[in-house]
Amino acid sequence: MITFQHVSKTFGSNENEVKAVQDVTLEVMKGDIFGVIGFSGAGKSTLLRLVNLLERPTTGEILVNEQSINTLSQKELRKLRSKIGMIFQSFNLFSSRTVYGNIAYPLKLAGWPKDKIDFRVKELLAFVGLEDKEKKFPEKLSGGQKQRVGIARALATSPDILICDEATSALDPETTEEILNLLKKINNDYKITIMLITHEMHVIKKICNRVAVMEDGRVIEEGQVFDVFTNPVQKTTQNFIRSVLNDKLSSQLYEKLKKEQRGRMFRIYFKEGVSNEPILSRTCKKYDIDFNIIYGNINELQERLFGSLIVEFIGAPAEVENVIADLEKIVVLKELVNNEG
Amino acid sequence: MKVEWSTFWPRIIQATGETVTMVLFTLIFATVIGLAIGLLLFVTRKGNILENRFVFLTLNLLINIIRPIPFIIFLVALSPFTRLIMGTTIGTAAAVLPMTIAASFAVARVVENNLVSIDPGIIEAAQAMGASPVQIIFTVLIPEALGPLILGITFITVGLIDFSAMAGTVGGGGLGDLAMTYGYQRFDTSVMLVTVVILILLVQVAQFIGNFLSRLFLRR
Repeated sequence: MITFQHVSKTFGSNENEVKAVQDVTLEVMKGDIFGVIGFSGAGKSTLLRLVNLLERPTTGEILVNEQSINTLSQKELRKLRSKIGMIFQSFNLFSSRTVYGNIAYPLKLAGWPKDKIDFRVKELLAFVGLEDKEKKFPEKLSGGQKQRVGIARALATSPDILICDEATSALDPETTEEILNLLKKINNDYKITIMLITHEMHVIKKICNRVAVMEDGRVIEEGQVFDVFTNPVQKTTQNFIRSVLNDKLSSQLYEKLKKEQRGRMFRIYFKEGVSNEPILSRTCKKYDIDFNIIYGNINELQERLFGSLIVEFIGAPAEVENVIADLEKIVVLKELVNNEG
Repeated sequence: MKVEWSTFWPRIIQATGETVTMVLFTLIFATVIGLAIGLLLFVTRKGNILENRFVFLTLNLLINIIRPIPFIIFLVALSPFTRLIMGTTIGTAAAVLPMTIAASFAVARVVENNLVSIDPGIIEAAQAMGASPVQIIFTVLIPEALGPLILGITFITVGLIDFSAMAGTVGGGGLGDLAMTYGYQRFDTSVMLVTVVILILLVQVAQFIGNFLSRLFLRR
């Protein structure tokens, strides 16, 4: 759907040169909700703007729908852009136009007749739940409502692709949830491929199926969201994941637990399939030892469960060894010897 | 030597008409020309939709050359050109030419300043929807800046009333002419007072209309 082949983008020249995007090769598949995460200045915003050529690549090739977009004429480019919807962090609505006028704008550009525009705008207003706001000007709307108008406007010409530039970063948590649900619905109902950029791992966790992590203009890690979450390789990725899945004890609590420790502490990693089996209690019963769950973090991701528990096993040392040996056949265990595990 | 008011009033009315004519025509021409120059100046800026260093620098220089010249000097300096174009340098019609040229560059700056304050994200959004530069100018830039633009042009209109008085002194006619001839050269304070009051009223009316129109379009 969208392919980046060794794409780089450099701003300025000589000593003022900024390498915003460096040698990025990526593929966004049809039907994906593809998330690009990175800190500000990582180049993700530039990467997104390359998709509809708001920025032109310095080197490398970009394909949209298997067609190279580097060499498009101005006319072809405008046609391509009408097939790629875009929404923004600051909404970028026309303050001089009503909600209706904002949504009708891309249709007017495309030369639709008035009655068809009217039908389409009403349809979109219903889809984003703003039927009663059509005559309002953007300044009268809340942030979430503004983004809904932005989404309706982006969808007006029935694009195949929706690109989202930090679409929820200016919204409060509750409104963020609403907008993310709406994006998921768009992906699901209209089969629109979504590419979004964000600095919030929560957004990735909630709606994306694939993710790329960017740092200093490069993609440092990429894959299925579930795989990246369960097995992050890069330090930056691990930090992003920790921002939404707090599986690490605070050092104060860890020290306290260490002092009160009666048995041996392990971190048990669960992956899908085993999370709904009573393996712990079954195994401990078999060898007649006690277990105590100290800390737990099991998450849902892409309708799959994963996470870890910190468990203390209390009983005869030999029996504890047996329990560990049995459990290791089913799950991954790591003894907690310091607070890094 | 006092004027005979019963016969003088028609002269005042005629002079007011001349002033209003000068201002109105200048306003129309200067708005069209100034809007065009201002838009061109904005879109050719660095990083903008029709970036063009040569056009931008040329226009910018031109504005910076014309703008600082005091209008009364500009008026005199331009008189050979005015004679060439209009056939004369005397009268209301002849005054409109130098007024239009001076006002156009002022309008251009006002237009540019108001366009600069438009959120670039809005222009980017229009580009992302496939709008061409011409479409962006007419469907985004002008509508988005219209409210403050009207206020800016109102401000210039008030300046034009001032210009028209100066044009009057070099034969442009109008209230300025009257005030200078009777008030200044014949020491008739009452005539001066009347013309000043009328000028103040004209400014009030212009400001009122401008405020009203801008409120109609101002959505922020």
